[in-house]
Amino acid sequence: MDAATSLAPATAKRRGRAFRVLPGVELITLAALVAAPFLLADRPELVTLMTNILILSLLAISFDLCWGYSGIMSFGQALFFGVSSYVIALVGRDLDFSQLWATLPLAMLVGFLLSGLMAAFLLLGRRTPTSIFVAFGTLTGAYAAERLVAGWQYVGAGNGLSSIKLMAFGSTEFVEGPAFYSIALGILVAVFALSRWLVRSQLGLVLAGMRQNEERLAFFGYRVQAFRALVFSVAGAIAGLSGALYAYHQGFTGPSNLGPGLSTTAVIYCLFGGSGTLIGPVLGTAAIEGISFVLSDTDAVRQFWPVILGFVLLIVVMFQPTGLLGLVVSTRERIGSYAGRRR
Amino acid sequence: MALLDVTGLTKSYGPLRALDGVDLTVRAGTFHGLIGPNGSGKSTLLKAIAGAHFPTGGTIRFDGADVTTAPPFQRARLGLSLKFQITAVLPELSVYDNVLLALQAHDRTIDLLRSRSRARLAPRIMDALDRFRLADRADDLAGELSHGEQQWLEIAMALAPEPKLLLLDEPTGGMSPEERRVTGELLAPIKASCALIIVEHDLDFIKNICDRLTVLDQGRVLGDGTTDEIENDPRVREIYTSRV
Repeated sequence: MDAATSLAPATAKRRGRAFRVLPGVELITLAALVAAPFLLADRPELVTLMTNILILSLLAISFDLCWGYSGIMSFGQALFFGVSSYVIALVGRDLDFSQLWATLPLAMLVGFLLSGLMAAFLLLGRRTPTSIFVAFGTLTGAYAAERLVAGWQYVGAGNGLSSIKLMAFGSTEFVEGPAFYSIALGILVAVFALSRWLVRSQLGLVLAGMRQNEERLAFFGYRVQAFRALVFSVAGAIAGLSGALYAYHQGFTGPSNLGPGLSTTAVIYCLFGGSGTLIGPVLGTAAIEGISFVLSDTDAVRQFWPVILGFVLLIVVMFQPTGLLGLVVSTRERIGSYAGRRR
Repeated sequence: MALLDVTGLTKSYGPLRALDGVDLTVRAGTFHGLIGPNGSGKSTLLKAIAGAHFPTGGTIRFDGADVTTAPPFQRARLGLSLKFQITAVLPELSVYDNVLLALQAHDRTIDLLRSRSRARLAPRIMDALDRFRLADRADDLAGELSHGEQQWLEIAMALAPEPKLLLLDEPTGGMSPEERRVTGELLAPIKASCALIIVEHDLDFIKNICDRLTVLDQGRVLGDGTTDEIENDPRVREIYTSRV
């Protein structure tokens, strides 16, 4: 058997797998999420858990766009999440307004502008920023915001804002339950589809190239940092949307919603599920929140939960950096192929 | 009129002067070689022209515009293209996508998002790959190519946007003699559309394809002229016989 012949089956197998696994995982996940409220009709606490998973999945996807696709190590996604949650809470309290058709876009706008401002400082300098610089910059922003809010009486200081006005559409108000779940699922599917379209477009090819060799792209003529700033801002808008839904669903927001703790949790969701896949962060969120829910009745575990999460992150980074999905999805499928779509 | 006009270029790293008042003129449609011993400043000059680092003094004019402190993306948009010394293909993307990435660089962001040029660019991509004998490998990952093929892919990527000036830093580094010969054959036809500055240690290769040579030594221009003039210059012979 010559070399070419011996390589052929392996190549065919690799390509065959590359274009089947992710769509399959996406479809199964969607089917499970659509069926969940029907299957869990008599377990309202699980519907609430699932709704939280959907909302936090948006935050995890926002991090995946930053890190998994654009190489921006953001430890500050909770900043955009938390600030937007405070904004819709204040709009409800001070303006007595909570119509979702206005407040959810407002939350996205707040996230977009705030992340755009941060991108201007961190990404658009004359020198190319290092990953460490961006990681510490975003982490510092989140920490500073958490401390600021914790001492600001107008926004409830350390107690946060509770009894947030219910999300409404016309005269219909949404409390936690199947209706809220359906809205959250619809928004997650829409954000997922738009994000998928973005990362598989020719712009997505630029992002994939940037992650591998940004200097090469600069010499092609790309304004690499401007592309990074754009994706960071879009991710900020998604985090803002997530924060608004979370505040409406919980009826509460507090300083911890914009600090490094939640930001790091979003990193864990994404890395655990598999960064650079979009669906991986959804599965990672479901796994982490599901385990947390199951173990929440045990006091000892609840106390040490952050430590356990830290170990999970450590183990994933050391032994399975491509996350759970990396076990079944090839690098080629994760990065994507534009050649296959040229004809 | 000169396509590239470098005047009095200096580049210092602390007390070390890597370039010391270098002048260089390249006309459209000419192949210009940069030679000199190790550490003479060849790669530093090429990087300064490409915008990889800014010079300490002097000016660089390209196609009539002062680009001395312009960032790389602006120079690329004016028609300047670079092939790195160390192969810089994108290994986890397909060979086809590597060239697509080079070709779509000047598209507007909104057009990239809408993938408007993907179908339109397909014939140009396949043409570029065909020219460098890579059409059959279009769907393979760039990282799966041999070293010589990766060098060709990178030259194909650098040439695909139809630049006015191509900078090649040791394009035959690590190639077999046969691959070097083929590389020379592949580069020859581009003279009609593109000027070339090439840094290369293989003097036979560079003499065969270049019209003019500039010799650098210790950051200064030692000689500049046609290949015959440089070959017969006693100062050049001296550094190549005594120090190379």
